[in-house]
Amino acid sequence: MELLRLATAGSVDDGKSTLIGRLLYDSKAIFEDQLESMERVSRQRGDEYTDLALLTDGLRAEREQGITIDVAYRYFATPVRKFIIADTPGHIQYTRNMVTGNSMADLTVVLVDARKGIVEQTRRHAFLASLLKVPHLLVCVNKMDLVDYDQSVFNAIREEFSGFASRLDVADLSFIPISALEGDNVVQRSVNMPWYEGASLLHHLEQVYIASDRNLIDARFPVQWVVRPQATSSRDYRGYAGRVDGGVFRPGDEVIVLPSGLSATVAGIDTFDGPVDEAFPPMSVTMRLNEDIDVSRGDVLCRPHNRPTVGQDLEAMVCWMTQRPLQTGDFLALKHTTRWVRAVVRDVQYRIDVNTLHRDPSAATLGLNDVGRVRFRVTQPLFYDSYRRNRQTGSFILASEDTNVTAGAGMLLGTD
Amino acid sequence: MDRGRPGAGTGRYQLSQLENIEAESIHIIREVAAEFERPVLLFSGGKDSVVMLRLAQKAFWPGRIPFPVMHIDTGQNFPEVLEFRDRCVAEVGATLVVASVQDSIDAGRVAEEPGPNPSRNRLQTRTLLDAITEHRFDAVFGGARRDEEKARAKERVFSFRDEFGQWDPKNQRPELWSLFNGRHRAGEHIRVFPLSDWTELDIWQYVADEGIDLPSIYYSHRRRVFRRDGMLLSVGPHVAPGGDEEVFEATVRYRTVGDMTCTGAVESVAVSVEDIVAEVAATRLTERGATRADDRVSEAAMEDRKRVGYF
Repeated sequence: MELLRLATAGSVDDGKSTLIGRLLYDSKAIFEDQLESMERVSRQRGDEYTDLALLTDGLRAEREQGITIDVAYRYFATPVRKFIIADTPGHIQYTRNMVTGNSMADLTVVLVDARKGIVEQTRRHAFLASLLKVPHLLVCVNKMDLVDYDQSVFNAIREEFSGFASRLDVADLSFIPISALEGDNVVQRSVNMPWYEGASLLHHLEQVYIASDRNLIDARFPVQWVVRPQATSSRDYRGYAGRVDGGVFRPGDEVIVLPSGLSATVAGIDTFDGPVDEAFPPMSVTMRLNEDIDVSRGDVLCRPHNRPTVGQDLEAMVCWMTQRPLQTGDFLALKHTTRWVRAVVRDVQYRIDVNTLHRDPSAATLGLNDVGRVRFRVTQPLFYDSYRRNRQTGSFILASEDTNVTAGAGMLLGTD
Repeated sequence: MDRGRPGAGTGRYQLSQLENIEAESIHIIREVAAEFERPVLLFSGGKDSVVMLRLAQKAFWPGRIPFPVMHIDTGQNFPEVLEFRDRCVAEVGATLVVASVQDSIDAGRVAEEPGPNPSRNRLQTRTLLDAITEHRFDAVFGGARRDEEKARAKERVFSFRDEFGQWDPKNQRPELWSLFNGRHRAGEHIRVFPLSDWTELDIWQYVADEGIDLPSIYYSHRRRVFRRDGMLLSVGPHVAPGGDEEVFEATVRYRTVGDMTCTGAVESVAVSVEDIVAEVAATRLTERGATRADDRVSEAAMEDRKRVGYF
């Protein structure tokens, strides 16, 4: 069985909670005691119906205020796939949460209210999904029951959204007309919209092809940990533990170790369950090399004729996540793959309006929830790919050196 | 996992869902070992901590697990589970640290709750935090899963604790990709949850696939029980039925393993791991809702306990 990670974003009234509630309920992932607890709280608050948002709004503050303030993770399964939903609030003040939710997603669901059409929030969700290079974008035109299941309403929204999306970097874009409340096209194909010939939402989630989304071309193996058992039985064992972040490694492969540039041959790829013939993303394995060379945490194994960019001057799209603004001259801690380095901000090249995509080159800082293009200089060379080419070796986080909080997320730009 | 080549049964270069979350957990465990000075793995003998221990074993194989294992012993545990704990830790060659709630009571750090059959569930937090301070642990692995409970659904994989051991749910660090931020000052620590993305069913399927041993109380057996607050509690040294609580023998098993005072049994005839997988797949109650009195105190019982430093 495969795993699909999906991200949703939305606000109170666009039917997102109803939709998630229905997916969970219909796949039997809501339990009776959870339902009972939601019913009890809804009754106490005087709601007229059971508020399915209570399932995801787990924190006291969220329940009290009736809003979602953070990313919640939900799990459900069908006989075909298991799903992890990263459910985030949709308001602009939660841009950082949406960025977080989209960072691991295979697919993002953007909800559009059929009565209102494309609004600012729709464009923002789509932009953030494309910024985070989520491979599949699924637009659900919801509340079709309130527009009499009218095909022309759906078509108009699809056309307008497609026009907007052409300005974005979206690999796979699909549209489904649904009614989350009535269940049209959520699990079963709707009898109310015979004009729609595509799959139901759940069927789409089960069938969307994700196998080719990972980078299987550029072999990248950042070393996490050196395995050197102290036991007599395996005294000479020396292995490099890590996760394959790109490409495929096989025993016998010639590899280069960065930063030393020394070449070596893969002697074997070990796991607790025995050696494997090939290792691919996102496998966690331990590599042995034939040559006795110095390799430590933070080093990267790659192939001789396919190396990552090595550099100390970085350009990246950054989402800023903390109150204190990012500005020229700031020193920050930066984590990329398995290494922490220090970074200094050289300049903000522009800030991008997440609603209009307008670029403001006069911006000198990035405030909380701002997105912009930033240049950095780092203390030691990083071995990286563009984020567009590899989401693992192309991403980094920034942390405050004073408070240690995670202050920003970066997506590296490259020359490809 | 006897799986032939990785991804067997799925497409080429595609891991199965269990292989996927296993790889993710191993990645997390290695990051902690590499970036922290004094990690520790919390181990109760419950199924989640047993799976976590297996994942730690896998992460460093053929090396040993490079950190100790700690049990917070309330003194009210099931004897079968304590026996299992010692055997399990010895098998992987790890060091076991036991922090005892009874010691905390004897030292006057905490007071036993009043009333008959007092639960020590709440008291564990003090013992845990004292042990973290005493041993200067800076990363503490816990087996909590996000599907267990609604407050846990919001918690990060790397969850920051301040110098008082407190969790601030409204002020959590954003967590992106699999780039974890474990930075902290002396006296602060990080709780790490490598099983965040696992569900109860995943745990059982993994136990089945891996042939992992669990304490016998997870499997159906005959036991003398009585009904309290809709739960079946076992009659034992720490739990006595009240005058109007009728004792009877039933065929039961445990879905979670906590204190004898607050962990209820469920009626079940599941004697094998395969039976349990089928039972869990069909159940309509969450494991905590079915079996844990500690979560029934209020709507936000778990969040409130977590805020002050609970598991």
